[in-house]
This record gives sequence, structure tokens and C-alpha cells, in this order.
Amino acid sequence: MLEVKNLGIHFGGNHAVQDVTASIEAGKITAIIGPNGAGKSTFFNLISGFYQPTSGSIQFLGQDITRLPTHDVVARGIARTFQTTTIYRELSVLDNAMIGHRVRTRAGLWDALLRTGRERHDEEESRAGGMAALERVGLAAQAGLPAGALTQEGQKRVGIAMALSSDPKLLLLDEPAAGMNPEETVNLMALIRELVVGGLSVVLVEHKMSLVMGLADEILVMHHGQKIAEGTPAQVSRDPAVIEAYLGSHAHGGQMGQATNGDAPAPGAVQLTKESKHA
Amino acid sequence: MKGWMWWVAVFALAALVPLFGPSGYVLDIGVNIMIYAILAYGLNVLLGYTGQLPLAHAGFFGIGAYATGILTLKLGWSFWLAWPVAVAISALAGLLLGLVAFRTKGDTFAIFTLGVGVIIMLVINKWDALTGGNDGLNGIMPPAGLEALSKSVGLKLSGGFYYLALISLALTVIAVARARGSVFGRSLIAIRGGDDLARSAGIDVYSHKLRAMMLSTAIAGFAGGLYATYLGFLGSAATGPIQTFTILLYLLVGGLGTLAGPLLGPALMYTLAQNLKGLQDYQYIVFGPLLVLLIMFAPQGIAGLWMRLTARRTPPPAAPPTQKEASRAGS
Repeated sequence: MLEVKNLGIHFGGNHAVQDVTASIEAGKITAIIGPNGAGKSTFFNLISGFYQPTSGSIQFLGQDITRLPTHDVVARGIARTFQTTTIYRELSVLDNAMIGHRVRTRAGLWDALLRTGRERHDEEESRAGGMAALERVGLAAQAGLPAGALTQEGQKRVGIAMALSSDPKLLLLDEPAAGMNPEETVNLMALIRELVVGGLSVVLVEHKMSLVMGLADEILVMHHGQKIAEGTPAQVSRDPAVIEAYLGSHAHGGQMGQATNGDAPAPGAVQLTKESKHA
Repeated sequence: MKGWMWWVAVFALAALVPLFGPSGYVLDIGVNIMIYAILAYGLNVLLGYTGQLPLAHAGFFGIGAYATGILTLKLGWSFWLAWPVAVAISALAGLLLGLVAFRTKGDTFAIFTLGVGVIIMLVINKWDALTGGNDGLNGIMPPAGLEALSKSVGLKLSGGFYYLALISLALTVIAVARARGSVFGRSLIAIRGGDDLARSAGIDVYSHKLRAMMLSTAIAGFAGGLYATYLGFLGSAATGPIQTFTILLYLLVGGLGTLAGPLLGPALMYTLAQNLKGLQDYQYIVFGPLLVLLIMFAPQGIAGLWMRLTARRTPPPAAPPTQKEASRAGS
């Protein structure tokens, strides 16, 4: 559904993402992993139209979206959430969701001033779309609360609802489990699975290996801005290049520890597997 | 009491004022407060709702005022035609500024527009042939028929102007309330929360900012036209940054991003300024500490303070769930 060809971006002389070619399949959960600074988030920002690539192309459902502004990308059906709980904390949960539905409505300033039929129709549509999204993430009962009053997990769900109310085909989640405890992480994984069963395709960037290994159908591994491996969790965790990347970064004080128990891992015994419960 | 009922009550009371035969001085203060309030409503659209600080606001007030003055004086247009045209010119000028200025963000936007505000004032001050330059524009007539209409209901012209300003203010409040409560307005609030978040939520940030700017400058021009015909004389001083900062102060005192704030601020501050006129420049010794206290204890202005007090007095209908319960119910 999403085809990325030779995608690259550089900031000054720093090639944050370089020559990445990949394809994201519909109806699956694809995880993008890699050590810190591997270019995962930048790659995300490229797909969602947040950054303009300096080379390469992005095709979504057969259409070129490489140079489209973000709101057009959202209109085509790609929605995203942010690493932190970036939502409108002072607004109600429902208002947050309704903001995400804006891209499906057309009422403008004149409609507002003259209270046209389109304004009334779009307002009702926004409310319905927002509520539907809240029901999908299980927040319908909290619709009237200020979003900032919810827990971390609740706020993450608000962020996902905001993305869902734009009626996307592909959902991009940037570190959805960051700052969550294990119980919350399990809840979130269940939610993501439900969404995919409902017909959505999901791409996520994540550090928590338990989540990635337990959830992803496909994994794409990045290192130094380049794609170094691609495949099922089982394939990827055996890939020598992947093990090398993680060990290498660990040796330089990297963050391999996230996937291990904190014990110095013996070469070849990298716990990139489901059994790693300590992430 | 519902929100709109307050508004009806306030406007009904304000409409009664001329019937008690007040002095011309009281009516003059009323008209000035209303003109400043309209101007503050315009600023609130961009600053309070969209989160952008435009420091050229008085420039658009000037464009509306001078357009009205020039069209009526030099081209002999009726005020009733010149006024809406002046509003359209102000909106168009706002669009032109926005097309360039919204390439910048945050502080840069404020500084850029401050520069433009200074330029607008200088152009008005130096373009002698069009604006009368330093001498200003003299002899702008009251709206045709206003005096006759006032007399027919037993009022003086000042009473007629009072009602004209009151109707203009009511129209402005309705327009701003509708814009704020709409699908469009919710998108402005989203932009206030951050460009990047709004953008990724699918909002066309640039086009929404442009339209907010046009609404804001159109309202400024609307106030300007009223000011021109009311005063009958225009000078460039009223179109500069000092005027912008005065409006900004009024809006901060009243309450940024609220519907009542742009009216409360001018009502309080303009009245206060009139009473302190005898102090001349020393009046700022009163204003300065007042502003400091306000920012310290009521950062949301009078309207925000009022909402906080009433929220404390009236308990919510049902106890809101605690954070834990809320999340559990949600999971």
C-alpha cells in the first residue's frame, strides 16, 4: 500500500535517512526498529509529509505523495501520532477527536459567519466522527473530560482517536508505548490488534522489544539512516547485520540494554525475542 | 443563566442608557469603549483563538478609518457604502500581509508584523496627497440620515452614534461568537495549541491562519470606519504601534481568548484612563503596577478570574472520575 523508493533526506551534511527502499503491506502491523539516531522518526516524518525528502519518492495506493503538504497526506488516508502525549490537554477529549475530523469537512469562515447548512452539517458530522473514533479507542465515556485529566495511557488513546477520526487507511504510531507501564502496554497492544482486525494498516516506531516482537507482522530495521534488514520478527532477530548493529551500538554506550536484562549479553545471544519481558 | 442570556441582558441595559438623558460626556465614553471593544475583538480572533500575535492591528484600524475618510471626503461616497468597502479593503490588506507574514512563526511573526505596523503608520503620515499627512483628514461627515433619524426619536446626534456603535458591537460579538463556535473556529484553537500538531491532525494551517487574519483585520477596519465618521477627524497617531499595544493591554486585562474579555477590558481601562487624565503621563504609574498585579494573579484577565470564581462556587453536577477511574473505564 505504501511504496518508498530510494528515500533520503539530509540536514546540512547529516544524512538522517539515506536511500531507503521499502514497501508497507496493507492489513499488517509493520514495526520500524533500530538504535537511537537510526533515523526511524525522521523516516516517519518523511512518510507523513512532515518533512520534504531531498531524494526518492513515496507512493501511497498507487499515487505519488512525495511532495504533498501534511494535511493533504492526511486527506489521502495517512494519519499519525507523536512520540510524547501530544494532544490538546486543555480541550475536552471529544474536541480533540473532532479536530482530527476537520480534514473530512469543508465548512469555512463564511459558513461559520452565516451559519449555513454546510456548517450545521459539518458540525454534526464532526461530532459523530469524533464520537466514533472515541468508541474505537474506548474513551466514549470520557468524551466530556478535559484531555489533560486522563492518565498517560488515556492521553495516548486520545492521540490515537485524533488520528482515527480523520478516517485513515494507514496509521503511523511514533513510540506508542513510551512512558507506559507493562499493564498499560498490554492494553495498548490489544487496541492496536483490534484496529488492524477492523481493516486498518499500522506502522509503528518502538523501542520496547516486547511490544515489537509480540505485535509486528513485519519488521524493518534501520541503522545510520539506512535500512539494514526486513522480515518477520523471527527472521530479523537472527539477522547478523541486526545483531551487529545492536551490539555495536551497545559497545559504544548505545541502548542495547533495552532489549536485554541488563546483563552483558554473550555474542549471538541477543534477546531480540518474545521472551524478553523486561523492556 | 446561560451565556447568551447574559449578553442579551448586557446589551439591553446598554441600550437603555441614552433614554435617561445622560451628558454628552457619558455617551462619548460609551462610544469610545465600544469602538475599542470592536478593535479588541478583532485582535482576539488572531491572538486569543489562533495564538498568533499580530502587532500591526492598529494599522488595519487606520486602513479602515482612512479608507472611509478618503472615500467619503475625496470621492463623495455615502458613508453607508464607504464603510463596507473599507472593511473589504482592510480584509484584503490583511490577506496580503498574511501571505507573507505567515511564512514566519511565533516571535518572528510578531516582530515582522510590528515592522509592517510601523510602515503602515509612516505611509499614512507621509502620503500627503492621499491622507493629508501630518495635518490629517478633516471634516468627515456623520453618516447620512443618522442625525435626522436620531431627532425623529427625540435623541441628539450623539445618541444616534451611541446606538450605531452598539449595533456594530453586537454584530461583531455575533460574528466572533459564530466563528469561534464553528468547525472553522475549532481548527483555529487547534492551531493555537501548536502548528505541528494541527498540521499532523490534518488541518491546513496556512489557509486557516490567512482566513483568521482576514476576519481580524476586517473587524479592525470595521472599527476604523466607525471611528472616522464619529470623530470627523483622522490623524496618523491612532494607527501606530502605541495604539496596537493599548488594545493589547485592554485585551489582556479583559481576558485573552474569551468572548467577554474584549468588552470588559476596554470598559474598565478606558474609563480608568479617562478618570486619570489629570495625571497626564503619570497615569502609567497606576497602569504599570496594575498590569503586573493582573499578570500575577489573573493571567486570564477579568473574564478568566470570573470563570474561576464561578467554577469554584457551583459544584459540578456529578463528581468527575479520578484519574485512575477514568483510565480504567477507558481501557
